[in-house]
Amino acid sequence: MEINEIMINSSFILICTAMVMLMTPAVGIFYGGLVRKKNLISMLMLSFISLALVTVQWTFFGYSLAFGPDIAGFIGGLDYIFLNGVGMQGDPIPDMLFMVFQLVFAAVTLAIITSAVAERVRVSAFILFGLLWTTLIYDPLAHWMWGGGWASQLGALDFAGGIVVHIGAGFGALALALAVGSRFGYGDHNMEPHNIPLTLLGGALLWFGWFGFNAGSALAVNEVAINAFIVTNISAACGALSWMAASWINGKPSSMGMISGAIAGLGAITPAAGFVGPAAAICIGTIAGLICYGAMLLRLKKNWDESLDAWAIHGVGGLWGTLALGIFAVPVIGGVAGVLSGNFNLILVQIIAAAAAVIYAFAGTYALAKIIDKFIGLRVSEDEEYVGLDISQHGEKIS
Amino acid sequence: MKKVEAIIRPERLDKVSAALLEGGYNAMTVTEVKGRGAQKGIALQFRGKEIVVDMIPKVKIEIVIGDGSVDDIVGIIRANARTGRNGDGKIFVYDIEKCLGVRSD
Repeated sequence: MEINEIMINSSFILICTAMVMLMTPAVGIFYGGLVRKKNLISMLMLSFISLALVTVQWTFFGYSLAFGPDIAGFIGGLDYIFLNGVGMQGDPIPDMLFMVFQLVFAAVTLAIITSAVAERVRVSAFILFGLLWTTLIYDPLAHWMWGGGWASQLGALDFAGGIVVHIGAGFGALALALAVGSRFGYGDHNMEPHNIPLTLLGGALLWFGWFGFNAGSALAVNEVAINAFIVTNISAACGALSWMAASWINGKPSSMGMISGAIAGLGAITPAAGFVGPAAAICIGTIAGLICYGAMLLRLKKNWDESLDAWAIHGVGGLWGTLALGIFAVPVIGGVAGVLSGNFNLILVQIIAAAAAVIYAFAGTYALAKIIDKFIGLRVSEDEEYVGLDISQHGEKIS
Repeated sequence: MKKVEAIIRPERLDKVSAALLEGGYNAMTVTEVKGRGAQKGIALQFRGKEIVVDMIPKVKIEIVIGDGSVDDIVGIIRANARTGRNGDGKIFVYDIEKCLGVRSD
């Protein structure tokens, strides 16, 4: 085989794909530490189910819905069903590689949303929900932003998934949590994290995988990829420090706050990583840590049992990053200018695209969850919830 | 001198502990235990297949106290650990022969 630029790019994206794949179980590990001991296996399992389920969905028709020929700006056509016509041509990477790189993004998005149903979802209902959610919510969002849909035609940008992945999963999670209802005993029983080191390990794996997520989204070995890698790390670090500082004022600087801030910083830099420089990344990450912390406090005050804060961290972080891209983008890095470079158009289309995604993800997820709940029931019974999902859903326990 | 031993729902421990502290009873020993009572575990139904969770996690609180305080402590524990459903737990009261501090008498 000839060694050419496409093959060099491919070797990089193959590695990035594997790194992003690792993020899906990493979400399960992150979430698993945050739940009570009786639900740890369930939390890990939901993430693995997400990976397996979306792999099949994406191969059958998901990729085609997201990246098939545009239909009315809303969704892709079914031309690529069963990956028909997806080949080894393409520039800067072969279409088939692009397909699998996108697959792992779709998988991790579904894993993130499991925050909303932690410790109370029936596994059979989650499988049905996951299949429909990826098909009806994720695939259209991916098409809008990346598959040639209306938002990309308008000029809205999403480098690595601030809208598609983080707004989609975050605001979807909030709607899902409100539709499914709080955990039994929420606000009364002690629901402290049972294994903090496990959550930190999950956070470490996410931070690592995120380099593949963001740098890989350049789809080539080039300056954009290197820049994305660097600003990703900076934003994560600044988010970790700012959340830690903010929570320090209210008490001790907890490791949970620190790692939540890092994820907030990572989520926020995601849409902007290919368009902003290191100084902007410091602002984006620092502000992400503060507003996501504020969002979490708001959620607690409102008594929303969006149990593991996918909304506060991913949803709000992704939303902030999407808008920040319109502010901080500099032409020398990604070829587009934001407000600080004198362009006021980008921020407008970013607001339109973000608002549409928020509304679509929230309303669509809420309706989908309510319909599934009506037909087969999303929740386990109170007794099953009491003994924990590990035993009641999987017939297993950790010790 | 008596020992009050209460086996209660783990999720009620915080409430009971706070109420005891408020009542002036700060000394206690807490153990995580598992057990089975009148409820015979929790039986979960899965379309024909039944799974019985035999031993259910509980916490055991032990408090050693003068005779006069027993009723007060029992009252506090019952008021705060009770949900009115199966599995709320049990309280035992024992006689204590002697109580010695390790550091001082």
